[in-house]
Amino acid sequence: MRALNEVWEGAETLEGARLEELDRLLGGLSANALYWTAGYVHARARAAGPQPDAAQPAKASAAAARLTIVYGSQTGNAKRVAEELKERAESQGLNVRVLRADAYPQRELAEERALLIAISTQGDGDPPDDSRALLRFLNSARAPKLPNLRFAVIGLGDSSYPKFCFIGQQLDARLAELGGTRLTARADADVDVERVAGPFARGAIDAAKTLLEVPATRGAKVTSLRPAPVGHSRSRPFAAQVLANQRITANDSELRVHHLELDLTGSGLRYQPGDALGIWPQQHPALVAQVLATAGLDGETAVTHDDQELTLQRWLGEKRELTRLSRAALVEIFERTGNTEGKALVADQAACVDYLAGHQLLDLIARFQPRLSAAEWVSLLPPLQPRLYSIASSVRQVGDEVHLTVAERIDQVDGETRYGVASRQLLELAEGARVPVYIEQNDRFRLPADATRDVIMIGPGTGVAPFRAFVQERASIGARGRDWLFFGHRHLRREFLYQTEWIAALGSGRLARLDVAFSRDQAERRYVQHVLRERGRELVEWIDGGAHLYVCGDATRMAKDVHQALIEILSAVRGQSLDEATAELDRLADQGRYARDVY
Amino acid sequence: MEASVFSPLSDVERIKTASRLLRGTLAESLDDAWTGALRVDDTQLIKFHGSYQQDDRELRNERELAKLEPAYSFMIRTRTPGGVVTPAQWLALDAIAQRYANGSLRLTTRQAFQIHGVIKRELKPTLQAINAALIDTIAACGDVNRNLLIASNYDASPIHAEVHAQAVALGEHLLPRTRAYYQLWLDEEQIAGTPEEEPIYGPTYLPRKFKIGFAVPPSNDVDLFAQDLGFAAIIENGVLTGYNVSAGGGLGTTHGDARTYARLGDTLGFITCADLIKVGEAVLTTQRDHGNRSDRKLSRLKYTIDRLAVDVFKAEVERRAGVVFAPARIVVWRQQGDRFGWQESAAETPGRASLTLRIQAGRIADREAATNLTGLREIARIHAGDFRITPNQNLAIAGITPDTRAAIADLVRAHGLDLHEHLPPVRLNSLACVAFPTCPLAMAEAERYLPAFGAKVEELLENHGLARADIGVRISGCPNGCSRPFLAEIGLVGKALGRYNLHLGGDRLGLRLNRLYRENIDESEILSTLGGLFARYANERENSEGFGDYTLRRVLEVGAGEQP
Repeated sequence: MRALNEVWEGAETLEGARLEELDRLLGGLSANALYWTAGYVHARARAAGPQPDAAQPAKASAAAARLTIVYGSQTGNAKRVAEELKERAESQGLNVRVLRADAYPQRELAEERALLIAISTQGDGDPPDDSRALLRFLNSARAPKLPNLRFAVIGLGDSSYPKFCFIGQQLDARLAELGGTRLTARADADVDVERVAGPFARGAIDAAKTLLEVPATRGAKVTSLRPAPVGHSRSRPFAAQVLANQRITANDSELRVHHLELDLTGSGLRYQPGDALGIWPQQHPALVAQVLATAGLDGETAVTHDDQELTLQRWLGEKRELTRLSRAALVEIFERTGNTEGKALVADQAACVDYLAGHQLLDLIARFQPRLSAAEWVSLLPPLQPRLYSIASSVRQVGDEVHLTVAERIDQVDGETRYGVASRQLLELAEGARVPVYIEQNDRFRLPADATRDVIMIGPGTGVAPFRAFVQERASIGARGRDWLFFGHRHLRREFLYQTEWIAALGSGRLARLDVAFSRDQAERRYVQHVLRERGRELVEWIDGGAHLYVCGDATRMAKDVHQALIEILSAVRGQSLDEATAELDRLADQGRYARDVY
Repeated sequence: MEASVFSPLSDVERIKTASRLLRGTLAESLDDAWTGALRVDDTQLIKFHGSYQQDDRELRNERELAKLEPAYSFMIRTRTPGGVVTPAQWLALDAIAQRYANGSLRLTTRQAFQIHGVIKRELKPTLQAINAALIDTIAACGDVNRNLLIASNYDASPIHAEVHAQAVALGEHLLPRTRAYYQLWLDEEQIAGTPEEEPIYGPTYLPRKFKIGFAVPPSNDVDLFAQDLGFAAIIENGVLTGYNVSAGGGLGTTHGDARTYARLGDTLGFITCADLIKVGEAVLTTQRDHGNRSDRKLSRLKYTIDRLAVDVFKAEVERRAGVVFAPARIVVWRQQGDRFGWQESAAETPGRASLTLRIQAGRIADREAATNLTGLREIARIHAGDFRITPNQNLAIAGITPDTRAAIADLVRAHGLDLHEHLPPVRLNSLACVAFPTCPLAMAEAERYLPAFGAKVEELLENHGLARADIGVRISGCPNGCSRPFLAEIGLVGKALGRYNLHLGGDRLGLRLNRLYRENIDESEILSTLGGLFARYANERENSEGFGDYTLRRVLEVGAGEQP
């Protein structure tokens, strides 16, 4: 409630029981509902008497001189781009506000003058969950004409998926269709976001500055008002020590999943259930050696890039992606080497997507044998990105620790084993080793503030991680609402992650219900969506009782199948059409009662 | 009724009382998809249905670290009175072992088949498959009359068949009457309004397990005096006239609990065949009403009899049965072990023969060259007689027709089933319980240790010129004593992994309990102790004196007439 007190400074404040009561009423409300409530309360206040001066709302004309930055983010990359845009804009003296897409007041769109949007595309061309409502609004007939709007869109995506940056493209086209004018051309950022985000920010902010007529003199002074960040962050990670690293699939399982406990003591890092931990990985020395040998390069070669001189070995091991290729990198590599077969590959969208999904740099070098210098490799390969893991613990139970659930990512390519960079490293970490980490907030994936609400958690595989945090949190605060977990994996006996903890939670009553699907324990494959359907009637009862729904895990198949199952369940139990059920689910999402953390 | 003397009732009594005749929440337990285990109370009730919940104890530690529950599985035990099955039933059990269990069959000292490693989800289909083969598992475990032990050497005389039939009739009479088994596993409809009751057992069954054995002297292969209730067939002028009845045998003890002891049955007297069922039921109900229901360590019939005194107990049985025991007939016992190899059948099945095979520790599996499971499957496909498990964990192929005789002999040789032709006596007459990794009671290895231990004993005997000495060795993983170690000439009773109590002094007839000689010793000490004893035995034995008799006389130095 600090924010509330600040806003109403000089006015009467609510304290004690009354404040708690207000808090309780607001608990569990979505952003939209909170905005509505704010308007309602404002109207009541106006009716009650004159406003104190300190609380004068911004004049409507403020929009004229303000840059609005909206982001739609699933894993935090778009949010980070938005924050970088904001810093840059403020350093240029612009008046800026940054809003998550679901917090953007849609009625203000018609008056908006300068708008920057950073939005990601998930899986097969899906929007991030926080943007669904805004996109529906924009794509509907209710969307206002926007003749006064100047805008720019940067899309984020992964070029190994067919519908790369699809949502950004769609949004960009739609804003133009509604009458908006581009401040600068749309940009599509691949997994190496910075490569595209930097130039986009320069172009977009310069154009906005001109538009909003900011005097050049205000310059960089504004930046100095912002205190430099003191804590650990993405760019300044904390070297967390490994306290425990325990395999949690049976030894005879084909799948290796580990439970990691890291020590955050002294880091100042705090997290909430739902947040993710960012890990800055390092490439496995064996992989670096293999890449060097296959490409015919000497790891000791010194390479200067971005004002930094390192040996090639270190560039590859610490600074470059080797396990994830991007289409952009492929295009440049084949351009540079004039490889016709390679050019044909990148020209064929579908073939390229297939290739990116199933191959790593090593495979590319072995097949196309690009002859490039050490310096060229360093400049062409995407910079190494951090990997995000949904946090599997609650600080209320583990204090200064943070727990992760890490599955080995492993593929067979032409008879050879290919690993994911972070999981390979994390699984091998010995107790006492250190790994650079930071907290990636995920405000879209939060427990209901009202602890009397029920929660339904659908988390097959490592998707169960945040629900361990949820259940720990709800146990610690003694939440009166009930918890229902849906889990799925291959075999009950081998791959039931945290089985003994769930059984203990059932025993204590913390977990009211536990439903499981083990896909390979019977002839017919059986997944969580099948169990959801079997429990349809009770699920709808819970939802009608105000339960919050959460889904975490695989985005490409599971989240879609679960989404479809939920639609069909709502339709079947309530006798609604599928469209009505879809709309109902959208409403739940808008109210923050259907949240997903999928990847 | 003396039951009220015992309070509080043990927790198992509470579970039985609340179980609605053995149903409990078993149906719900089977539906708990998140665990391979049953709910706690149901782990007691499942026993009455012929199964134990177990777990792989060697995986416990690593699974606990991995936040996984223990690797639960179920042992299923058949109710096969006298251990007799047809070739078709053999093939069915073989297929079940491969499909649902760990690919092996285990022959028990109570002439039952056990399969191990059945997971909860497959319990029901497994039990359905067993029942489809016309075998059930009702009361194979639990506080009821267990699988009947019946003298196995059927071909020795036609009397065996008569004894077998009478024994089976008694067993049927003492079966629980609840329909729970049929409803839970075989989808029998529950018929509304038909009251169900247990006329013999009552709603809480017995205080503890109850074991009955039938012996046909002179063979005591069933270890008659280790049974709660024993019947020794009395044959006069070639006719089965009745039985000497003994009661109160039992070998299970608890380490460190001086109130527990192994005990041989007391002979109560002689009854005619016509009184068999009345007397059997009377002994069982006397134990039902007078057994200790508070402390399960002290609840077997042997403690009841010692508490009441034999005469009081006998009078109560006579009163309940309406039968007066006649003086016991004189019986001569000559052997405890099996007769291996080929034997010609009794007169009524001319031309037929039986072949008794040595099965090490009762385990039938395919192991390298010893493809026993495959071999017996092949034999079952051509065999026209039946299979009979002996009380010594061995297997008789009985009623072999002349036309299959050669083929069966070939298969026996080809699949390594001919141990009886190669092993010295000491390794033919040994027993071991299952123990690790599945038995929850095991403190030390037994079945898995027997082959190695047997080989070492064999070598020791050879070193002392005793290669042909016929010495009975029994290993049990715990003092519960499933391999009846307290009747052995050399008995090892598990104390901890790799450590055993060494018992000496059994008589090779099952008429004498042995005695603890060395406590909690490891293999090297066991072997050096035995080596020293073998050296003395080789020099000091008298005539054909057995090793047990020798140790009793010279090592344990128990005086004549004194029970060790």
